[in-house]
Amino acid sequence: MIQLNVNGKLQKLDVAPDTPLLWALRDTLQLTGTKYGCGQALCGACTVHVDGTAMRSCALPVSAVVGKKITTIETVDAGRVGKAVQAAWQKLDVVQCGYCQSGQVMSAVALLTQNRKPTDADIDNAMSGNLCRCATYVRIRAAIHEAAKSLA
Amino acid sequence: MNEIAIENLSRRRFLQGGAGLTLGFCLPGIAAAAAAAGPGKAGEGLAAPVSFEPNAFLRIGADNSVTVISKHLEMGQGTYTGLATILAEELDADWAQVRVEGAPADAKRYNNLFWGPAQGTGGSTAMANSWEQMRKAGAAGRAMLVAAAAKRWQVPVSEIEVNQGVVRHAASKRSANFGALAEAAAQEAVPTEVVLKKPENFRLIGKQARRKDTLEKTNGKAIFTQDVRLPGMLVAVVAHPPLFGAKVASFDATRAKTVKGVVDVVQIPQGVAVLATDTWSAKKGRDALQVSWDESAAFKLGSDEILARYKEMAKKPGLTARKDGDAVAALGKAATVVKASYDFPFLAHAAMEPMNCVIRLSSDGCEVWNGEQLHTGDQYALANLFGLKPEQVNIHMLYAGGSFGRRACKDSDYVLEAAQIVKAIGGKAPVKLVWLREDDMRAGYYRPLYHHALEAGLDEAGNIIGWQHRLVGQSIITGSPFEKMMVKDGVDATSVEGASNLPYAIPNLTVDLHTLTDIGVPVLWWRSVGSSHTAFSTEAFLDEVAAAAGKDPYELRMSLLKAHPRHAGVLKLAAEKAGWGSPLKAGKAGERRGRGIAVHESFRSVVAQVAEVTVGRDGSLKVDRVICAVDCGTAINPDNIRSQVEGGIGFALSAVLHGEITLKDGKVEQGNFDGYAPLRINEMPAVEVHIVPSAEAPTGIGEPGVPPLAPAVANAIAAATGKYLHRLPLRSTDLVA
Ligand code: FES
Ligand code: FES
Repeated sequence: MIQLNVNGKLQKLDVAPDTPLLWALRDTLQLTGTKYGCGQALCGACTVHVDGTAMRSCALPVSAVVGKKITTIETVDAGRVGKAVQAAWQKLDVVQCGYCQSGQVMSAVALLTQNRKPTDADIDNAMSGNLCRCATYVRIRAAIHEAAKSLA
Repeated sequence: MNEIAIENLSRRRFLQGGAGLTLGFCLPGIAAAAAAAGPGKAGEGLAAPVSFEPNAFLRIGADNSVTVISKHLEMGQGTYTGLATILAEELDADWAQVRVEGAPADAKRYNNLFWGPAQGTGGSTAMANSWEQMRKAGAAGRAMLVAAAAKRWQVPVSEIEVNQGVVRHAASKRSANFGALAEAAAQEAVPTEVVLKKPENFRLIGKQARRKDTLEKTNGKAIFTQDVRLPGMLVAVVAHPPLFGAKVASFDATRAKTVKGVVDVVQIPQGVAVLATDTWSAKKGRDALQVSWDESAAFKLGSDEILARYKEMAKKPGLTARKDGDAVAALGKAATVVKASYDFPFLAHAAMEPMNCVIRLSSDGCEVWNGEQLHTGDQYALANLFGLKPEQVNIHMLYAGGSFGRRACKDSDYVLEAAQIVKAIGGKAPVKLVWLREDDMRAGYYRPLYHHALEAGLDEAGNIIGWQHRLVGQSIITGSPFEKMMVKDGVDATSVEGASNLPYAIPNLTVDLHTLTDIGVPVLWWRSVGSSHTAFSTEAFLDEVAAAAGKDPYELRMSLLKAHPRHAGVLKLAAEKAGWGSPLKAGKAGERRGRGIAVHESFRSVVAQVAEVTVGRDGSLKVDRVICAVDCGTAINPDNIRSQVEGGIGFALSAVLHGEITLKDGKVEQGNFDGYAPLRINEMPAVEVHIVPSAEAPTGIGEPGVPPLAPAVANAIAAATGKYLHRLPLRSTDLVA
């Protein structure tokens, strides 16, 4: 049994310690908002917050996150930044297929939490690990600026 | 099994009409089951009690919800929103009360009207084929609501207005919402004819209807196939052969079976499947399998060898796809002959959601959860495999996490793989087949590798008097259900589209094609299909010809497009908005900047793009800005058109900068996003989209933004450096100063 702190709740999971956090979230806890895209920390679809930092859950064994605070897309709107990002995403209709967007939102929230006024270069730096095959990048960029404005 | 709601057909007449609006049964049982498992629905609220279903596309609940049933897949292209916009317009619904649900597979009620008796989403046809159908569906619903209100209030139908979901009789100050009238409306006769709105009265079409799926795709609640979990379901991960055409010789599952969570290991025609209680265990089990493969019938050539063969074939004429005048003679007497050839690699679709499928067998049929792009094709393939009737195969439509053509597999590859696994375990549990990224990328069904050779002849004055275009590659359509419709005299229309309909006024023009049938790499339509290569070769070559003729690329195109006003219209608009002819702002020291233009018609829409690029001293390329003009007929949702074109540009730029699947001794060399890299945000240009106002019926927009980008970029590179690109993707050494 492994105990994890996910979205403010302590959860006991019967999974092998090498299980990536991604699959523990999706298959064991039914938190399917976090997506699988590559399994190799190459696409960002699986991005969650671990103690507030954006991390790729596909490359994090559950044993490495015991005792840390894990936040997923399902509760990211509990914070002011999360709300602002989701509102900006909706205002600009950022999404297309939507599959990458949980990860995009999580990375954007982490960026804006640390940097309330990101430049385009800051956005490139923080977001270039998140692939979007539908290439919604023009709107992702605009929505991050929009969220920054609403948080100011 | 789902119950089929029995409706009293006798109180219905079929609305006959050119667009073929079919009125029929609605299957709320299926809708409800899909809702329970997570349906492909969009909008707020849960499945409402059914009270009024005037036709197969509309359901109005007593709770005042308006549910639009989409016969098309939502894979990102905005179809759910577009179809709902059309129907809600004629229904005069309030946009906020509208939600969307994916239709079950049904070739009779939900066929693509451009495809005959087949349901599917592709060729950018969703809006175009549904335009009249959805308008009539909405108008019929509206007429029945109005009739019910007139009866209830004892007033003439002509005095009733409908506005944003409210039915009103002004003189008597009475009003009711749709929900309140739903039950009464269901008793009304379905009108045999309906009056459609005049475009000047549109309230939603052409305006900014928000996407219906944004909220749930922003908060993680949207359900994709990958997210489906059924009671007792097993997850399958499969060991696939390393080469196309290889088969399992033998396997040893001893170690795989010791992995905790692994329940079963079965051989299927596609490989060896490991079934487990969860994905990670299935993957560990798969990795622990020992399989030896029989490669005797496998395809073993590499990309280089394939290309070398294609180049050899290009020396001789192929089958004629178009012949105007005598190109050979014209080239023979030309003052100047320009020649170039172009190479295009295999490309993977690489949708963010790798292919997957959930199947459950029951005593009387089979249920499927999937983002279906060829609904009835997959339905028939499954029926065939399981010995069922097509109507015993119920498909629950989910969102697809991208597709770009991949989920419309002509051979139903991944769907049948899931089915074979279910069959191999005797249907004892529902199965979710999960392809890991590597499985997805190495499974084939690529955009085919192509070689093009072009020649153009100029007279003394620099006029183009002859044009010869030869293409060599594999056919997508041959062997598919579309073969009869789309392969004529050995020429697959999708191999030459964009080349054989070259719009330019050139008196002597030949397009011919060599189709290889012994290349064992499965190929498929990839967003914009033939135009994904023909737009590049034709439009990049035309710039080389313009340079040889000493003409401006824009002016040359305009002079050759007098008979094509839509092409000329977008070209002119894009050039104007980009400031064609004005100098570009200079780059930093050592940087070279350039502007390039291209225009292309695909799926009956015409798109022109101007790209502005900066080439660094080290040969690095940055596409700074793309200015785009689009003519896609009536703009149903202008914001979605912009969004599709932005995305199309990013998708196309991936193929210019990085995209390439290569084979070595038959083996695919790439497996994940390190080897096959889609565009990242730091590479995305600024995009400006201008839409040509039009009152014509809508045409496609999911794909037409893709084709012009690569040639526009290549032409901009040539303007900056004098170097013409003859192959994609760009190599880092191509642009070194
Ligand atoms: S799934 Fe984790 S980065 Fe791609
Ligand atoms: S919205 Fe489709 S991958 Fe990003």
